[in-house]
Amino acid sequence: MASLWYWIVAVMVTAYVVLDGFDLGAGAIYLAVARTDEERRRVLASIGPVWDGNEVWLLAAGGTLYFAFPQLYASSFSGFYLPLMMVLWLLILRGIGIEFRAHVRNPVWQKFFDAVFSISSILLAVFFGAALGNVVRGVPLDATGYFFEPLWTDFFNLGPRTGILDWYTVLIGVLALVTLTAHGSLYVAVKTDEDLGRRARGVAVLCWPLQFFLTCSSLVATYFIRPEVMDNYGKHKIGFLVPVIVFGSLVVMLWANPKGKEKLAFIASSLYITGMMVGAAFALYPVVLPARDRQYSLTIYNTAAGSYGLHVGLVWWTLGAVLAVAYFVFLYRMFRGKVQAGEGHY
Amino acid sequence: MDSALLIHRLHFAFTITFHYLFPQLTMGLALLIVVLKTIALRRNDPVYNQAARFWAKIFGVNFVLGVVTGIPMEFQFGTNWSHFSRFAGGVIGQTLAMEGMFAFFLESAFLGLFLYGEKRLSPRAHWLSAVAVFVGSWLSGYFIVATDAFMQYPVGYVMAPDGSLQLSSFWAFVLNPWARWQYAHTMVGAAITGAFVMASVGAFYLLANKFHEHARIFVKTGVIAGCLFSILQVYPTGDGQGRLVATYQPTTLAAMEGLFQSQRGAPLVIMGQPNERQGKIDNALEVPGMLSMLTYKRWNAHVQGLDDFPRQDWPDNIPLLYYSYHIMVGLGTIFIAIMVVSAFLLYRDRLYHAKWMLWILLLAAPFPYIANTAGWMTAELGRQPWLVYGLMRTADGYSKTVSAGNGMFTLLGFMGLYTVLGILFLFLIRRELEAGPGGEHEPSTLQSAEAK
Repeated sequence: MASLWYWIVAVMVTAYVVLDGFDLGAGAIYLAVARTDEERRRVLASIGPVWDGNEVWLLAAGGTLYFAFPQLYASSFSGFYLPLMMVLWLLILRGIGIEFRAHVRNPVWQKFFDAVFSISSILLAVFFGAALGNVVRGVPLDATGYFFEPLWTDFFNLGPRTGILDWYTVLIGVLALVTLTAHGSLYVAVKTDEDLGRRARGVAVLCWPLQFFLTCSSLVATYFIRPEVMDNYGKHKIGFLVPVIVFGSLVVMLWANPKGKEKLAFIASSLYITGMMVGAAFALYPVVLPARDRQYSLTIYNTAAGSYGLHVGLVWWTLGAVLAVAYFVFLYRMFRGKVQAGEGHY
Repeated sequence: MDSALLIHRLHFAFTITFHYLFPQLTMGLALLIVVLKTIALRRNDPVYNQAARFWAKIFGVNFVLGVVTGIPMEFQFGTNWSHFSRFAGGVIGQTLAMEGMFAFFLESAFLGLFLYGEKRLSPRAHWLSAVAVFVGSWLSGYFIVATDAFMQYPVGYVMAPDGSLQLSSFWAFVLNPWARWQYAHTMVGAAITGAFVMASVGAFYLLANKFHEHARIFVKTGVIAGCLFSILQVYPTGDGQGRLVATYQPTTLAAMEGLFQSQRGAPLVIMGQPNERQGKIDNALEVPGMLSMLTYKRWNAHVQGLDDFPRQDWPDNIPLLYYSYHIMVGLGTIFIAIMVVSAFLLYRDRLYHAKWMLWILLLAAPFPYIANTAGWMTAELGRQPWLVYGLMRTADGYSKTVSAGNGMFTLLGFMGLYTVLGILFLFLIRRELEAGPGGEHEPSTLQSAEAK
């Protein structure tokens, strides 16, 4: 039962990264590709109806994590106290950046909120990547089942007392930024046309070699700092589907994007993200938060909620998930196609 | 008090108080927007549609602020209250996760459709999206209140061998009797905020001699809803909530009423200042026997005072609890007076010209916010010194690994950020009020850009 919930949470987090990832990426390229007021409004209109719903996946995944693994939630959230608070501030700034940009008429303040939106999007992408890096690398948990990580300690040597930022987590952070930038560019290319769509496609083309190089180096680095990530791949051969999906998607992106098939490239980018996330979850299982000192690692077994609660939860979660997927399919169908001139908030 | 404990309590109190300024309006407005959209659909009346569109804009701004200030609430269960989460997460995780799965998805997906999709949807589908937003936001309220109800009156749990609480009965937990009254009382409170704000904006336009047609709709809708909900707030919801407190939290009742000594025929204190050292109310203005009457329906019933309970179980801030409760009740009474008089004038067709009453309606808008905040403070301060009533003390629930210094760093960060947010919010709302309702579709942002 705990294993099932592990995969449910992993899928929800992945859904969050794929969905909110494209509007974060759209924010990251926003200042560069959308130059006139009209173009900026079109980018905002392309994510306007959906970004808030996408962000709900973070809340829902967080809620589900809290429900299924309360001990993990307690340990990790208090341990990652400072970076999580900064993520909250960035989410707040980003939300008001988008909303207030749409409401103010003064061009000076429009520029200000444009910058707030774009910079917070970039930083969030890096923070989320670094967070994933922290989880894969392991944290200084002790016998109490708690830890507290400062923002940084020793940047180059990963000792027992790690900080949030070191060379490994920053590497994963940069990989996340590049990945989401490409992902968001492809989304903007799908949703818009003319110069704006062309420039967005151009960014995605530029991102590709960087993304390929960072993917390879992050995989090597992960093996270097935590060789046991390969254990599950040794035990279950099905795991080798993951690298096939990851590199297959990269190849499709390389091929499809310059040909103007940005829809296919966007789907490949979504698959790439899914592959990377599932691959990480597969490598960690059944550990949910590795400790630097391995005996204190948190696993699905020592953090899960009681079995009655998990069984009951499965009933309502399934119902809720079916409804949520139905809303999203309906929502995206209603707003399908290129953003039309004159569309937007009323 | 341990300084880390104080910081973590202030951290949650500050962020939740600021947060709840927005959902109370959106939950109230969601209901009133459905009313406006329904009338528009039935009568095929474009003015009601314009009215709904105007309030949808106000709703949208409030909703975004509610969302961005709401995410920190979910996070803080883990960041600042990790020992509490470890203790009670096996139970309250249920409602918190259900809120995400059932309420947030519904609300956010259909709000996107409602705000952006009027041109793409049929009138009936657009009406339906308004209903979905309403249902989502009111469901969300239920899950949060049910979570709080567990902390006030824990049911449906067992204690596991490791000392944590685990769910034992889903329905007992979700249908907690405490949650039912508290939910009704909370949601009626939100509807009051929505009604007063709508009436206030209408009164402003009438006094400013602008947007007459819409202003009358706002005043009428606000006053009818306000009259209904102000009365429901006292009876039966307030009364039901009060009886729960009297039955299950007698210490809380004694503290919020300022009753230091147990007695027969206990008086109801209308005004006065609690004097903890001497164990009495200074400058008391009392109605003899009234507290006994309200609590037990008998004038000479015996009511337990604080002296009946061990000192370490008293709420730890009795004056603030006492004032919160009295402010809530006092304002609730004034709301009924305002709305009943307004409804009478409306019925006699004199309200739109009764300037004095329009002034009162205009200036009344902030007070439901104060009353709702005071109500929540009564509930949460009244629960002290417990975090989960009778099971875990607040002093045992915060994150021991997060020092007071780190807590203060982020508390100050939130204070600064929320100050900026509050100022920006007021600017935006002022702009929307200046622009006012009207127009078939407001000139869309792109067209107006092209026109420049």
